[in-house]
Amino acid sequence: MKQKDPDLLLLHAPLLRQGMTTPSAMRDVLYALLPVTAAALWFFGLGALLVLGASIAGAVLTEWLFSVSEKRGESLLDASAILTGLLLGLTLPPGLPMWMAFLGGVVAISLGKVIWGGLGHNLFNPALLGRAFLLATFPIPMTTWTPLRGSESFFHVNASNLALPFMQTQVDVVSSASPLGLMKFEQEVTSLTNLMFGNTLGSLGETSGVLLILGGIYLWIRRDLDWRIPVSIMLTVVVFSGCLTLFDAVRFPSPLFSIFSGGLLLGAIYMATDPVTSPLTPRGTWIFGIGVGVLVVLIRVFGGLPEGVMYAILLMNAATPLIDRYTQPRIFGR
Amino acid sequence: MNTLRSLRRNFDHGVHPAHHKKQTEDLAIQRVPFVSDYVMPLGQHIGVPSQPVVEVGERVNRGQLIAKPGGFVSTALHSPVTGTISEIGDVRGADGVFAPAIQIAADPYATQQLESSAGVDWRSLSLEEFIDAVQMAGIVGMGGAAFPSHVKFSVPDGVQIRHLLINGSECEPYLTNDHRLMVERPEDLLLGAEIVRQTLGAEETVIGVEMNKPDAIEILRRHIQPDQPVRIVPLKVKYPQGAEKMIIKTIFDMEVPAGQLPRDVEVNVNNVGTIVAIADYFLRGLPSIERIVTVSGPGASYPANLIVPLGTPVREVLRFCGGLKDETREVILGGPMMGRPTASLDVPVLKGTSGILAFTEAETARPKEYPCIRCARCLEACPYFLNPSRFARLSRARMYDEMEQYSVMDCVECGCCTFACPSNIPIVQLIRTGKDALRASKENPE
Ligand code: SF4
Ligand code: SF4
Repeated sequence: MKQKDPDLLLLHAPLLRQGMTTPSAMRDVLYALLPVTAAALWFFGLGALLVLGASIAGAVLTEWLFSVSEKRGESLLDASAILTGLLLGLTLPPGLPMWMAFLGGVVAISLGKVIWGGLGHNLFNPALLGRAFLLATFPIPMTTWTPLRGSESFFHVNASNLALPFMQTQVDVVSSASPLGLMKFEQEVTSLTNLMFGNTLGSLGETSGVLLILGGIYLWIRRDLDWRIPVSIMLTVVVFSGCLTLFDAVRFPSPLFSIFSGGLLLGAIYMATDPVTSPLTPRGTWIFGIGVGVLVVLIRVFGGLPEGVMYAILLMNAATPLIDRYTQPRIFGR
Repeated sequence: MNTLRSLRRNFDHGVHPAHHKKQTEDLAIQRVPFVSDYVMPLGQHIGVPSQPVVEVGERVNRGQLIAKPGGFVSTALHSPVTGTISEIGDVRGADGVFAPAIQIAADPYATQQLESSAGVDWRSLSLEEFIDAVQMAGIVGMGGAAFPSHVKFSVPDGVQIRHLLINGSECEPYLTNDHRLMVERPEDLLLGAEIVRQTLGAEETVIGVEMNKPDAIEILRRHIQPDQPVRIVPLKVKYPQGAEKMIIKTIFDMEVPAGQLPRDVEVNVNNVGTIVAIADYFLRGLPSIERIVTVSGPGASYPANLIVPLGTPVREVLRFCGGLKDETREVILGGPMMGRPTASLDVPVLKGTSGILAFTEAETARPKEYPCIRCARCLEACPYFLNPSRFARLSRARMYDEMEQYSVMDCVECGCCTFACPSNIPIVQLIRTGKDALRASKENPE
């Protein structure tokens, strides 16, 4: 019989834990985005890798430099900086100069996260903030869509990818308009199969709707994602743009086209669902999703831009604290 | 049809911890031998401490009254052994605080016969007499809360209890003491239920048992007498199914309004152990002097279900089970979700001690705490639909009054939120801090 007692700790109950941790939730999103990333490489070649790599490098380096935690670099372990970099990269056009992508990553983390106090304290989605910065600063490269590599070798790199910082801000590739641009400015409709499987122009991550949805389903199964947000965004876009189509089918795109074009899927599944910048309460997430959906259609149809997902989400991010305050759940027995 | 209804039966939210009941669920209850010294704290129930009626040096028999209720919300204490009162004074409890207790030195040569083994003719008792008898038998809620049972039975005028609900859900992982009672003593459980049901004048008895105890459900069903209006209801396995308000929601689909009690929806809820204690007293005169304790957890050498005389030091109970493994890092009294840690193994087993659980490095290693990422997992876990994430934030900012506005006082500290939080935020502790501060400011407002 042992006489000596073990040194007893006095941790409070509950002693048990579910096992899911914040870094593993972040990593899940990275895994969910792997197929999309692979597709981007396949469609756009090595140039895509350079853009993604640059934005991730910008994000990670900034996180390391301005780390808010005591030990420098410790906050990298939660994988959120890599995720921000990747998400940002996926919203960029394939022909973007690497230095711009890098700068975007730097801004996403510094202005999008660090100045708010780090992970969990930011009001806006950092990746979208980085993109908003790039769009405002370099409007032309940010809206120049490089063609798919087609029969070119995988190792083909767009010359513009390698442009030197501040030397050349124009992207001089043969560019064409994205499906939304075609729709908006030339009333030309891209085929739905192309939209779904990735044969269209656009930013790196928005080309394959099917892979984006598959990743979303994975996240939903892993319970990392609040299904209410993508579902409410999609439903709102379908209903709202459906009404507009009934009204004038030539000027307004069909609902399915609206869903599969542009960054809507990427935004609805991976950006709007960022837990930090979306509401906590179940009713709040519905309001948030509907708000994003309405704003997307409004901006696309009536705004001067072909693409409205980014601004729609950023605007609703700003409304999140308010939504949370007014949608506290009903308490049991009250 | 019935299965359909039982599938729908539910309360919202909650969590699904692993059960960890396999180690002990098939182990028959064993009796722990008498040891030399016993400690009976006077405040081992919720409410006013009991008042000693014995003096140091006095000889007491097993089952003899040693302290009387100190008020209405208070209960009696009896000696768990035949022996001599060795001391009446302060003893350090599991929470580290000194509190008055009666210490008894057992007589090694005594036969440990009960002081009186005559039952009580409960049929002749009025409700008031029954309530007094329960109080004098020292019976409290055996599920862990240790709330005096007679208080629950005293309903205000005009309220009629319609359903007697017996809580056999035992939703805390590791614990199997209620499970074993249902399997080993179904007659006593059903008799105790009849005593309470008839005295309260309730229409029916409902026994809710989680579906991970199919043998208990089966055995209870077999023992129901034709003239007993008893229903056994299998429940989904989900934590905190055993919380009074949750099991009422599950079985009757009624929400007990916040700030009110089960009796306000005409239900009386009692734990399985409490009902068996009532049967023990009214059928064979055994007051509350022992209870069933599950010893388990990865740090326990030989897990067991035991009958332990109250006041037995935890160390002696563990000694009977082969001691603790060297890897043990923490000992919890009660279940792993709501139990309390103890700093010392010399504290006694009390009326509310349902388990002695030993945990090792694997369960106590706490990964780094991350900031709240507002993932809403805690909201989805909270069975009371509170906003634990906000409580944690407000508590850190010491904004206790705001916490009250968000109904922090409705929190039952079930631990679901902390269990679910991926950022490993000690939400329940932060909530307790806030509640304590609020209570303190109520007591001395400045
Ligand atoms: S401990 Fe309180 S806040 Fe947390 S889940 Fe339980 S009732 Fe809700
Ligand atoms: S579960 Fe933890 S991280 Fe998630 S919202 Fe609640 S407190 Fe924040």
